[in-house]
Amino acid sequence: MNADVGFWILQSLNALQLSMLLFLLSIGLTVIFGLMHFVNLAHGSLYAVGAYVAAAIATGWGYWAGFFLAPVAVAATGIVLYLGLIRKMRRSGPMAQVLVTFGLIFVLLDLTRILWGDLPLAIETPALLQGRINILGIDYPAYRLFVIVLGLAIFAALAFILGRTQVGAMIRAGVDNDAMAACLGINVERLFFTVFCIGCALAGLAGAVAAPLLSVAPDMGLQILIPTLIVIVIGGLGSLKGAIAGSLIYGIVQTFGAVIAPQMASVLIYALLAAVLVIRPMGLFPTKG
Amino acid sequence: MNRFALAAVGLATTFAQPVSADDVKVGLLLPFSGVYASLGNDIEAGFRLGLEEFGADSGATFEVISEDTEVKPPVALAKAKKLILQDQVDVMAGIVSSGVLGALRDVVHAAEVPLIVANAGNDDATGKACSPWITRLSFSNQQVNRPMGSWLHEQGVQKVFTLAPDYAAGHQMIDGFVQGFTDAGGEIVGQEYTPFRKTQDFGPYLAKAKASGADAVYVFYAGGEAISFVKQYDSFGLKADLPLYGAGFLTSPLYVNAEGPAAVGIVAALHYVPTIDSDVNRAFVSAFEEKTGRIPSEYAVHGYDTARAVAEAVKAGAMDRASLGNALRQVSFEGPRGQLSIDPATNNLIQPIYVYETVAADDGLTQKVLAQLPASADPANGCMLSAVVN
Repeated sequence: MNADVGFWILQSLNALQLSMLLFLLSIGLTVIFGLMHFVNLAHGSLYAVGAYVAAAIATGWGYWAGFFLAPVAVAATGIVLYLGLIRKMRRSGPMAQVLVTFGLIFVLLDLTRILWGDLPLAIETPALLQGRINILGIDYPAYRLFVIVLGLAIFAALAFILGRTQVGAMIRAGVDNDAMAACLGINVERLFFTVFCIGCALAGLAGAVAAPLLSVAPDMGLQILIPTLIVIVIGGLGSLKGAIAGSLIYGIVQTFGAVIAPQMASVLIYALLAAVLVIRPMGLFPTKG
Repeated sequence: MNRFALAAVGLATTFAQPVSADDVKVGLLLPFSGVYASLGNDIEAGFRLGLEEFGADSGATFEVISEDTEVKPPVALAKAKKLILQDQVDVMAGIVSSGVLGALRDVVHAAEVPLIVANAGNDDATGKACSPWITRLSFSNQQVNRPMGSWLHEQGVQKVFTLAPDYAAGHQMIDGFVQGFTDAGGEIVGQEYTPFRKTQDFGPYLAKAKASGADAVYVFYAGGEAISFVKQYDSFGLKADLPLYGAGFLTSPLYVNAEGPAAVGIVAALHYVPTIDSDVNRAFVSAFEEKTGRIPSEYAVHGYDTARAVAEAVKAGAMDRASLGNALRQVSFEGPRGQLSIDPATNNLIQPIYVYETVAADDGLTQKVLAQLPASADPANGCMLSAVVN
């Protein structure tokens, strides 16, 4: 019954759209982990904060103000967390880090509830991106295309910075062996801090991008956390290639799973996760070192 | 006798406070934190308003003890035991989540304390798991949807695709609709259940609905999922060719403004909307607005009618747990929703269902009532209650 080509193109675009949203979230988390060996479970909450800030700004100054300011605000939140908590937790081992950042999830969740209430908020799609665009013979919502393009653009920019610039070389050196990088005169601490801020800003951007698609609710950060963790575990912790591959795999499995085997939709991705952990415990594209 | 039984298992303090004869203690079990906090607040506001309006008339004074269930069954269970054993309440009311209701059912039943359900819609609570001590004044999942099935077929819709989250309420809502729709001669051309609270993107399902050849789509979504769903449905431009119908929680007045223009034109069925054209409802809406500054939702009405039912039972002479439990099964009055009564076979409320369309007005979105569908009792479904004692 679903034989026509348009249907599958539509579903492929859906898969791509979901992948790009997850990519924006997982890239920040995975690079922070790769560089700092720090498990920041509160990353999803930063995404929720981004969505709330975007929604709050959008009601006053329009969508685009929220789009550009939400990452800044979330990066600022990240800086506060870094200086207040995370820097102290750097050397205290993964279990303590997981516990502290897991606690942070609930602190941030309740903070958003206190500030913005329990009722879900929503923001309108910006006027520029309302309506649908005809692409490959099907009508597809312009905003979803925007999410796809934005995700690809960010991927290209990060691939360029990490692969072709001096800063990128320093970051890669830091991921591979931070002690050696420090010996070679790289200010690893400052590098960590910068990467952490950018990772947080990307989480905020993801929140702002997701807000018109979804509803902005206090528990949205908790809901997105598991998919994000699955993405980076499948892709391999710490690598850009892993983040994009993991996101695409997640988006495709989730979307086509829902189409082809809807009863299995929620199980498929976990089955894949288990398979990856058994066959390649370090993920598909692990960082060296 | 009840108290002796409890003391015997060492759960109760034996120092029960003597209460004055005309004092009725009501324990409210509602979520004031967690995802359903906004529902809990609305129900409590409605309850307090109802008690103010009808309490004095009943000749008794009321003491209300509110407890936060946090939408967690174990927490709710502990709070219910506290209300029953320590506070010695005469009647309990509330319960937003069906999961919480399921956890409390046996405790309430065994302790023989009347419980008025003011939201949770699980069919089984007034079906195979019914109890003479549990009376429902909100709705049952199938009740809201069943009449909508036959109404939709009368409108000329022949083929429908259904969507709902994959959990008990999602299945019961859709099953209720499907039963009404197919009994009337309609055809279901496809059904999907989306992972509950795990679905960010409804795109894949929407494309399937579009490809199914249906005349219309019927869904149940609530809260944050409803907002995401309605917006995504609109963004794909499906509304024009494939009209969207649903259980009225989809465009509940509580959050319809977050859905914005995407919600305009959606036709849904619910047991209450604030625009019902009756004097009782108009009075309720203005009183609620004056007190809280917002339009009452269906949840506020549950609370309001629950308080009214308690007051009516007391007015009929009931004072303690046993007589209140019995009297609550016989309450009948005209509330904002219309004429209400309790079905003696299941203890579920019998009420009319309203079909409404979300329309744009000068100050946001409002609900235009298209039809009032007659009240009907749910099938007893294995529930065997003893007859009401007069």
